[in-house]
Amino acid sequence: MERSEVLKQFKPDHENMLNILHALQNNNSQNYLSEEDLKIAASYLNTTYSHIYGVATYYTMFSLKPRGKYIIRVCNSPVCNMENSTKVIEEIKKNLSIEVGETTDDMRFTLELSECLGKCEEAPGMMINEDVVGNLDNVDFKSIFDNYN
Amino acid sequence: MDFISLKKEAIAEWNDLVNGSVPAILVGNATCGRSAGASSLIEKLSSKISSKNIECKVIEVGCIGMCYLEPIVSIYNPGNPHFVYGKVSENDAEKLIDAYLINNEIVNENIIGTLGDTKLDNLNGIWETSVLKPQERLVLKNCGIIDPTNLNHYLAKKGYSGLQEAFQLSSQEVIERIKESGLRGRGGAGFPTWKKWQFCKDQQNDAKYLICNADEGDPGAFMNRSLIEGDPHSLIEGMIIAAYAIGANTGYIYCRAEYPLALERLRQAISQAEQNNLLGENILSSGFDFKIEIKEGAGAFVCGEETALIASIEGKRGMPRPRPPFPAVSGLWGKPTIINNVETLASVARILQNEPGWFSKFGTEKSKGTKTFALVGKVKNTGLIEVPLGISLKEIIYEIGGGVSADKKLKAIQTGGPSGGCVPASMIDLKVDYESLTEAGTIMGSGGLVVMDEENCMVDVAKYFIDFAHKESCGECTPCRLGTKQMLDILEDIVSGKGTMEDLDLLEDLGKGIKNGSLCGLGQTAPNPLLTTIQYFKDEYIEHIQNKRCPSKVCKDLIYYDILPDKCTGCHICFKVCPVSAISGYPKKLHKIDQSLCIKCGMCMDKCPDKFSAIEVYPGNKIAED
Ligand SMILES: Cc1cc2nc3c(=O)[nH]c(=O)nc-3n(C[C@H](O)[C@H](O)[C@H](O)COP(=O)(O)O)c2cc1C
Ligand code: FES
Repeated sequence: MERSEVLKQFKPDHENMLNILHALQNNNSQNYLSEEDLKIAASYLNTTYSHIYGVATYYTMFSLKPRGKYIIRVCNSPVCNMENSTKVIEEIKKNLSIEVGETTDDMRFTLELSECLGKCEEAPGMMINEDVVGNLDNVDFKSIFDNYN
Repeated sequence: MDFISLKKEAIAEWNDLVNGSVPAILVGNATCGRSAGASSLIEKLSSKISSKNIECKVIEVGCIGMCYLEPIVSIYNPGNPHFVYGKVSENDAEKLIDAYLINNEIVNENIIGTLGDTKLDNLNGIWETSVLKPQERLVLKNCGIIDPTNLNHYLAKKGYSGLQEAFQLSSQEVIERIKESGLRGRGGAGFPTWKKWQFCKDQQNDAKYLICNADEGDPGAFMNRSLIEGDPHSLIEGMIIAAYAIGANTGYIYCRAEYPLALERLRQAISQAEQNNLLGENILSSGFDFKIEIKEGAGAFVCGEETALIASIEGKRGMPRPRPPFPAVSGLWGKPTIINNVETLASVARILQNEPGWFSKFGTEKSKGTKTFALVGKVKNTGLIEVPLGISLKEIIYEIGGGVSADKKLKAIQTGGPSGGCVPASMIDLKVDYESLTEAGTIMGSGGLVVMDEENCMVDVAKYFIDFAHKESCGECTPCRLGTKQMLDILEDIVSGKGTMEDLDLLEDLGKGIKNGSLCGLGQTAPNPLLTTIQYFKDEYIEHIQNKRCPSKVCKDLIYYDILPDKCTGCHICFKVCPVSAISGYPKKLHKIDQSLCIKCGMCMDKCPDKFSAIEVYPGNKIAED
C-alpha cells in the first residue's frame, strides 16, 4: 500500500502517533520504519523528524533497521528465565544461525528478546509475529520454523 | 431493535444453545488454547461434522482458567449430560463425535467433569473439582463459558444490565454504589476506586477522559489478557458506567501490542456495542454520549504507569512525570482523567449488575471482593484463577494449584511482579489481601503469583527481577537508571563468586535510596524483590558469598558437574556432545570432566542416558575442593 493510503486511515492527531507508526511499520515489506516512513509521519502529524525519531526509538517494538518477514520474540523475563529461557535462546540461535537482533540471510526471521509476553503459564514462551508458542523447553524448533515461509 | 427485544432475543439464543435440540461443541480458543492447537482442532471438528452430515454447532469460547489442560472442549448433547474434556487431541475429538454425539456413549478419557444441572454418581461437576471449588468467579464468570465474539451471549448473562441500572441512578449514586462495594484498584496500588472517581467528578471542566489500562506487563501476569479475550463486553460495560459516573464522553483502552487477540476482541466488541446503541450518542436513550478508542502500546513496560501512559497516548515518549497534579485533576491533554485497570472496570460492571451488598460479601474487612491471579511457575495447575480476598496462599497453591510441580519442596512465593516480593514457604498460611501481603513485605500487585521450588536460586531470581527493572527503566531519573544498574552489578558479582559480605549492606542501602529517590512507581518499588530475598533468604546469599556455593545449583560459577565412577559405563555420549571438549575418556572406560575447561552448559547431564544417570551437578567448585 502507498504510504499516503496508510496515513489516510488516521486523523492527523498526535494521539494517533503510535497507531500510525505501527501501521507504517506493518506496511513496510521489511518490517521496519525507514527514514522515509519517519519523514512522512512527521509531516503528516505536523511535527519534527527528531520528535518522531525520539518516539520510534523509545519503544522496543519499532525497528529502524530492516527485519525479516517473521519477528521471533523470545521472552526473557523472570518466569521464563526460571524455566530456562536462556537455553531456549541458545537453541534458537543455533537453529537459525543468527545472534539476537540479527536477521537470517533469506530475510525470513529476525530474532529478538522480549519482556513478558503473558505466556508465563507455559513458560518459556515466544511469539512469531502474532502467534504465541509456549512450553519451549521441549519443542522441535526446526519443525516450528518450517511452518513459516 | 430496542434493548428489551435485543435482550429477549439473546436469552432465547442462549437457551437454545444449552437446552436446544442441536448439539454444540465449545472449544477454548483464547491465547492458551491456540498455542495448544485449538484452532486446528476447530477446523478438524468442523470438517468431521460436515463429513458425517450431522448437525452440530462449533463455538469458540475464552479461557476457563485451566490453561494446563488446554485445549479444553465442552460438549452439549441434547437429552444427555454436558461434559468438559481437557487436553483434547484431534483424534480424541473425532472419538467424541463418533462415540458421544452419534452413539450417545460416554467417553471417559480426559474428562474433567460435567457442566450444567446434570449430576453423575461417579463424576464431579466441573465447579466441584478441587481446582474450581475454592474459587469465586465473579469477574471471570463468563470466561470459557460464552462466545466472546457474540454480544447475545453476554447479554443473556446479565450483560449490560449493570449499565441499565447505572442509568437509573445519578452519577453520584453510582459512585456511592462503588463506595459501598469496597472496590479497590486492581492495577496494583489498591486505591479505593470511588475516591478517585469522586475527585474527577468534582472537577469542573469542559472535557474529561476515562482510560482503561490494559498495558499488563508484569512478568508472570496475564489476567487482563484472559479477561479481555474471554469476555470483552464486561470491560466495555464497566467503562461506560465509569465514564457516566465521572462525566467523561471519551474513553481510551491502552492495550499492549503483544496481545493481538485481545486487541481483535476489543475492536469487535466496540463495534458491536456501537451498532446496538451501547456506545455512541444518547446511549440507551439515557442522554449520555460515550465513545471508546483503542491505543496500542509498543513495548515499553513503564507505559503501564499512569502518567507515562498519558504521555504515550499524547504521542510522546512514554515517560512518567511527577505527581501531583494527579491525573484525576490534570491528565490527558491537561484534562481530568481517570485511569483504571481492566479488572477494576470489569468488577464495576458486575457490581452494578447485582444488588447492593453483593460484592462486599466476599473478601475481608478491608479488602473486599475477589481478585484474579495468574498462577505460574513450579505449580502443577498453572492458569488463571479468581479467589475471594483473604484466602490463604496454602489454599491457592495446594488446592487450586494442586501442589508444587513434580512434588518438589516449596521454597518461595512471589507476588506483585517486579514491584512485589518473595515470601518464604514458611509463610504459606499468609492471607492474600492488601494488608497482609504488605505487612509481609510484598504487595498484591496486579495478580502475578509465581511459585518457586527448591531448585530456584533466590539470588538468581532477585537478579532477574532487578535486570528487568533496569532494562525497563525509562532513564529519566538517576536513582532508578543508575541505581538498578548498580544493584545488578553487585548481584552479578555475588552469583559469580566475587561478592563480599559488605555487598549485602550496600544492596540494602542502595535499595532504600532507590525507593525514596525515584520519580515513579517503577523505581520506587524495583528494589522490593531484592530486599525481600535478602530479608527471608539471607543464608542463601551468605552461601554464595562466603562458601562460593549455589545451594540450588543454578548459578553457573558456583556449581560443578562430575561423573559418577560407579555409574559411568563409558558409552561415550557425553564426550561427543560436550561443546568445549572438556570430557575425556575412551569408549567403555570411565570418563572424566576437566573442570578448568567446563562451561557448565549441562549438555552432558541432559544427554547421559537415563538408564545410567552417571552425571551429577553439585554446589561449589571442584577445583577449590580438590
Ligand atoms: C511501572 C508501572 C507499571 C504499571 N503497569 C500497570 C499495568 O500494566 N496495568 C495497570 O492496570 N496498572 C499498572 N500500573 C499502575 C497504574 O499506574 C495505575 O495505578 C493503575 O492503572 C490504576 O488503576 P486501578 O486504580 O484500577 O488499579 C503500573 C504502575 C507502574 C509504576
Ligand atoms: S515471563 Fe515469559 S511470558 Fe511471562
